[in-house]
Amino acid sequence: MLLIPCPHCGPRAQVEFAYGGDATVARPVDPDAVGARQWLDHVYLRENPKGPHLEWWQHVAGCRAWIRVRRDTVTHAVLGAATAAGSIEGGAS
Amino acid sequence: MRYSFLALAANALRGHRRWRPAWRSPQPQRGYEVVIVGGGGHALATAYYLAKLHGVTDVAVLERGWIGGGNTGRNTTIVRSNYLHDANAHFYEHSLKLWEGLSRDLNYNVMFSPRGVLNLAHSDGQLETYSRRGNAMRMNGIDAVLLDREQVRAMVPDLDCSPQARYPVHGGLLQPRGGTARHDAVAWGFARAASALGVDIIQQCEVTGIRVEAGRVQGVETTRGYIGASKVAIAVAGHSSRVAAMAGVALPIESHVLQAMVTEPVKPFLDTVVTSGATHLYVSQTNKGEVLLGGDIDGYNSYAQRGNLPIVEDVLRAAVSLFPRLSRLRLMRTWGGIMDMTMDGSPIIGKLPVGGLYLNGGWCYGGFKATPGSGWVFAHTVAHDEPHALNAAFSLERFWSGHLIDEKGAGATPGAH
Amino acid sequence: MRSQPYRAVNGGALDRTRPLRFTFDGRTYEGYEGDTLASALLANGVRLVGRSFKYHRPRGVYGLGAEEPNALVRVGEGAAATPNLKATEVLLRDAMVVRSQNRWPSLSLDAGALAGALSRVLPAGFYYKTFMGPPGWWMLFEPFIRRAAGLGRPPEGTDPDRYGRRFAHCDVLVVGAGPAGLAAALAASSGGARVTLVDDADRLGGSLLQGPAAVDGLDAARWVGRAARTLDARPRVRVLRRALAFGYYDDNLVAVCEQVDGEGAPAPRERVWWIRAREVVLATGAVERGLVFPGNDRPGVMLASAARAYAWRHAVACGRRAVVTTNNDSAYDAIPALAGVGCEVAAVVDLRAGGPGEPAAALAEAAGARILRGYAVTATDGGVSLQGVEVRAVASSAEADGVLETRGPPEQIACDLLCVSGGWNPAVQLFSQSQGSLRWDAARAAFVPGQSRQRERSAGAAAGVEGLAAALESGHAAGEAAALACGLRASAGTSPRAEPAPERAPLRPVWRIAHPGGSGGKAFVDLQNDVTVDDVLLAEREGYRHPEHLKRYTTLGMGTDQGRVGGLNGVAVLASRLGRPVEAVGLTTFRAPTAPVTVGAIAGGEVGAQLAPTRLTPLHGWHEAAGAPMVPAGAWLRPRCYPRDGETQAEAIRREVTTVRGAVGLVDVSTLGKIEVRGRDAGAFLERIYANPVSDLAPGRVRYGLMLREDGLVFDDGTLARPDAASWYLTTTTANAARVLAHLERYAQTVWPSLAVHMVSVTDQWAAMAIAGPAARAVLARVCGAGAVSDGALPFMGCASAEIAGVTVRLLRITFSGELAYEVHVGADHGRLVWETLLEAGAAHGIAPYGTEAMGVLRIEKGHPAGPELDGNTTPRDLRLDRLLARKAEDFVGRRALERPGLVDPSRPRLVGLVSEDGQRIGAGAQLVTNPAAPKPLRTLGHVTSACLSPTLGRPIALALLTDGDARRGELLCAAAPVAGLHTRVRVTDPVFVDPKGRRPRG
Repeated sequence: MLLIPCPHCGPRAQVEFAYGGDATVARPVDPDAVGARQWLDHVYLRENPKGPHLEWWQHVAGCRAWIRVRRDTVTHAVLGAATAAGSIEGGAS
Repeated sequence: MRYSFLALAANALRGHRRWRPAWRSPQPQRGYEVVIVGGGGHALATAYYLAKLHGVTDVAVLERGWIGGGNTGRNTTIVRSNYLHDANAHFYEHSLKLWEGLSRDLNYNVMFSPRGVLNLAHSDGQLETYSRRGNAMRMNGIDAVLLDREQVRAMVPDLDCSPQARYPVHGGLLQPRGGTARHDAVAWGFARAASALGVDIIQQCEVTGIRVEAGRVQGVETTRGYIGASKVAIAVAGHSSRVAAMAGVALPIESHVLQAMVTEPVKPFLDTVVTSGATHLYVSQTNKGEVLLGGDIDGYNSYAQRGNLPIVEDVLRAAVSLFPRLSRLRLMRTWGGIMDMTMDGSPIIGKLPVGGLYLNGGWCYGGFKATPGSGWVFAHTVAHDEPHALNAAFSLERFWSGHLIDEKGAGATPGAH
Repeated sequence: MRSQPYRAVNGGALDRTRPLRFTFDGRTYEGYEGDTLASALLANGVRLVGRSFKYHRPRGVYGLGAEEPNALVRVGEGAAATPNLKATEVLLRDAMVVRSQNRWPSLSLDAGALAGALSRVLPAGFYYKTFMGPPGWWMLFEPFIRRAAGLGRPPEGTDPDRYGRRFAHCDVLVVGAGPAGLAAALAASSGGARVTLVDDADRLGGSLLQGPAAVDGLDAARWVGRAARTLDARPRVRVLRRALAFGYYDDNLVAVCEQVDGEGAPAPRERVWWIRAREVVLATGAVERGLVFPGNDRPGVMLASAARAYAWRHAVACGRRAVVTTNNDSAYDAIPALAGVGCEVAAVVDLRAGGPGEPAAALAEAAGARILRGYAVTATDGGVSLQGVEVRAVASSAEADGVLETRGPPEQIACDLLCVSGGWNPAVQLFSQSQGSLRWDAARAAFVPGQSRQRERSAGAAAGVEGLAAALESGHAAGEAAALACGLRASAGTSPRAEPAPERAPLRPVWRIAHPGGSGGKAFVDLQNDVTVDDVLLAEREGYRHPEHLKRYTTLGMGTDQGRVGGLNGVAVLASRLGRPVEAVGLTTFRAPTAPVTVGAIAGGEVGAQLAPTRLTPLHGWHEAAGAPMVPAGAWLRPRCYPRDGETQAEAIRREVTTVRGAVGLVDVSTLGKIEVRGRDAGAFLERIYANPVSDLAPGRVRYGLMLREDGLVFDDGTLARPDAASWYLTTTTANAARVLAHLERYAQTVWPSLAVHMVSVTDQWAAMAIAGPAARAVLARVCGAGAVSDGALPFMGCASAEIAGVTVRLLRITFSGELAYEVHVGADHGRLVWETLLEAGAAHGIAPYGTEAMGVLRIEKGHPAGPELDGNTTPRDLRLDRLLARKAEDFVGRRALERPGLVDPSRPRLVGLVSEDGQRIGAGAQLVTNPAAPKPLRTLGHVTSACLSPTLGRPIALALLTDGDARRGELLCAAAPVAGLHTRVRVTDPVFVDPKGRRPRG
């Protein structure tokens, strides 16, 4: 069972969190600045990497914060975590 | 050598020394008309139908490990066509019909066992939802029977049908023609039949790149050298995103781990496949006697073929609650497979935006039952460079056009389907 | 025959003052406290204990613990019966009722053994090659195959026992309490680390209890006792006995199943621990391998280590006259133990031409056993019990790949016990589960732990360490290192000491022994699943050459013993045939659980009625007292209706609807999701969340709100009220309450973090009820004053505070039923007071409480979409809600995706009403077709989403989604519900059946 280091609460068991998927996907800031196809890319397309993955988790049974976690999708090892706004060491966000 | 009881008896007299390999293991050639990336059931079925129905025998199946080693050999072996939406219903019903004759067609007993698939309804609202699905199935010519609580109890006597249950049984939707099959046999049977028709099955051959020139596929780089191909068909459940990315194609897919598990074998007591959406449970009993259980995905991106304890606990809690008799049995084995979860819960079977490149993937929880149908329509798609009517709706383009095939109406949330 | 004829008069770790009586297949036997079922059966000379899975061959006790492949029994009776238990793992209890399995009519006369006679046509995978008739043909054979397979019968009925769950954390978890594990626990805990030690046996000590040994100058058993007392005295140490570590999961979570044995008592029967450890020491020991030769499955053949332990620990002679056959020196340790319980050792058949080392040879000589060097057992004699072995010389050639050819004339040696040893496999299951990679140790011919992935280290025999002294040292070092890795002080002390191991001759890897004629009977690599050498060779011949293919084709290693004794032998037989080294072929993956674990134990206590929480509204007690039938709605229980004396539910529902339409009714809507939103940018935020304009909502006003998902489809609907300038009060559907909150939080925190907005769920803080009907205002006026509910003070779609029975309430003038209606929201604690006050005040107006069914009928009559219409596949336009979006200028969630061709296609099904033309009810989920008898598959025009019998219209009506719905007004269609046997003629109408101009709520 994963141990997720919530930046607000400290390390907590995976079962306290809800998964939110790829955190590199961003809703375009100016929705009308992108074409329809590109807009839909953000809704549907995922890099889905094998290896380090930056992802959202929400600490639903804790502080309810959405946090960003870098985790290896092969080993499941958590490589870092940060608040929604913070940066994660050891890699770009 | 044809398989039959007589062949078995004749071989028994000779100590079974005359059996030949079920499939040939040739060295890869320099090029093929069609290279199929992946050696699971879908890939092997595609190769078989390409050779058998479309006369395309210059085909190589490239498997990075051992055939059937992915989700073909890791699922809960359920076969059914009880779908709501027309596109799914027509496709899976075609697949089910192929299942019904598959052992004879392949001359390999895949043990398709139409013992019935029962979806339990735990509320009146759910029963109404199942009524809608059952009615839609019947309009599509698919067998469906709505059962009330007493009928469910009579069919599955070990089920807790008491009103005190947390999720009391209100009834269920039964597809009598649904059932189970022997998963490994499906891969082996298709491999044997495809090999006999001239398809090269090459194990321990990992595709590491897809060569594309001028918007058209040229061949694949592999751990055993470059192999040219006019057409490349991808059927790599669990790795669709990674392989498609080799050709620069991004997919609406997340890969997740889904666990399954068996108890120790016991004498038969459960003759039907039972599923419960409300408690996320799939149960059947294998021919060996093991109670085979499945549930929900672990719920985070993963390429590890193993999961964590919370889902095992969830599955067993649901199992014991529905079948109190299971409590004293013992869990013997758990395992995991990688599910390519699409954003609408339905697969992608069709052309990719690169000439000569095709994808069969994104099967979410349910690829096994599709195996023959998927191979059948994918072979057609590859052979004709155009989807068959049965898979036209399963295009990659549907996500941009908005013609989604979302059985659960859960939206772009992998795993909610 | 005297009781326990094979029990020595003295010795063993038994309490002979406590005899225990048990029955096996109806016969009564006696054993002692301290026995396992296996040792007690052996003490009584019971050799035949079970029948094998496929060929129903007679089988006896083979091993000592979890590796046991043969002796599977059913313990207990009725609902408390447990099948498939390994007799080697069952602690003997008084009055235990034990039965053999997988035999009919009896163990000694098993009809299933006919399968043995047919075995030549039943090789591995025979079922893939036959039974391929016309469709359904397989179903004729399948029942026979299923009945023949399956080991024991499942228990009858509901498990009478309960199971516990505990969560624990520690610095160092030590798995296994043999010499290495004890040394590790002692060292790790010496500096104050929190240490948990688990072992699956009932006593600590592991291999120290299975033969004579000394540690720190003490007899091993006494040293173990002292170590246990030391550990018990350390307050931060926890020791779990009879606790199997069965799973090693991510981030050092180890799952442990503890046998608590509260059968029939309040204590649980078993308890599963989820232990999160900073560091783990795996001291899980090693398991002896069997040898593969013809007839190696006959009762009387067993592991040398098992025979030794039964002799030493249980004072049981597993036979009167033994032969030992081995490829290594460790088997010689069994000889003095056997001699000590009066078992003659006739010979040691040593597969090595050079034979054993000097100390081992001396053990044989002391017992008068001759050593046959370079010999092998090539067959066994006897029926259901061993009577002798056939021994031949090993041919000197062809031994490199572990396949021993034999030659020459056989020698017969009479014996009733054959102790075998093929070497040792470190128990690497947990290590492997932790994702550590295995390494091949050529000297031991075994896989040992290689590279670690998680924070763990292996010690003792599990790490491939041989000998007691080395095991103690390795355990001590591992314990110390683990504590240090936690940043804690660890022992400066020294490791416990033992005599250095005697000199041993090297092991000779042997994977199978061939009979010179190629006969001699079946040679099993997997005893439980009846997988023979011939099966492995057949699999190879047919191309199933990967170990996973081999496993799946032959079922090698897939039994309840998980291939502990023979799995490696099977893979090695394959490797030798392929001409490849064993390590290049490799093992199949180890997966949890390491040994079978009770399903109920992993499930724990939250089963049955506790499977999920049940949510109750603040008014639940009132509904129950009123006798309302309660129905599940998501996690909630809600009143379906309130039947009065003599009324059926259908009559009650009809009356409740009529009362609301004609007078006034009151319904509990506390289950609605309620979210309070505040903050400077709350309005701007909600404007982006809702698909209709909302930020212009003035304080004191309420508005209907529609949310889409980012993919453009309808997500949820509800209301949003603005009780004051500072706060927004949102309601959601019951079903989506949690999802909507998470959706809001996600957008607020991750997409628009610059907006100053906060939200909190207040679903449980508020009770909510709706008072609806022409007299609703009059009733409210009685309790909170006419002024508070005048049109001026509280217009339609207004909200205001008021007071009822001295309690401040929030009034929202909104309607779901289409009648004049108000939602009354009040602090949960006062919900019942307000509810009862309203009912009392409404009595004069004929008020009636109404339930979910009437509520559903009212909203269908009003054409108001709800759950079945908001099925995640509908657009605002499909639901005729697109006019809400028309004057929206700003961006909102789902806007862009909503523009897709598939979502704006004018032919998409649209919400319509249906009226039954023939008076028949309209089936739930009916499909809309013109001719239901047309050939299938039949393209349908749409489907019924919600149907009811309308008391207001006096006939069945429905809402439906219909292709070209608007153009089909007035058409006659068939609502086909074949699963309900209903085909109803329906006319397409407007979906709003009642008050289409919407005058009533404004009245």
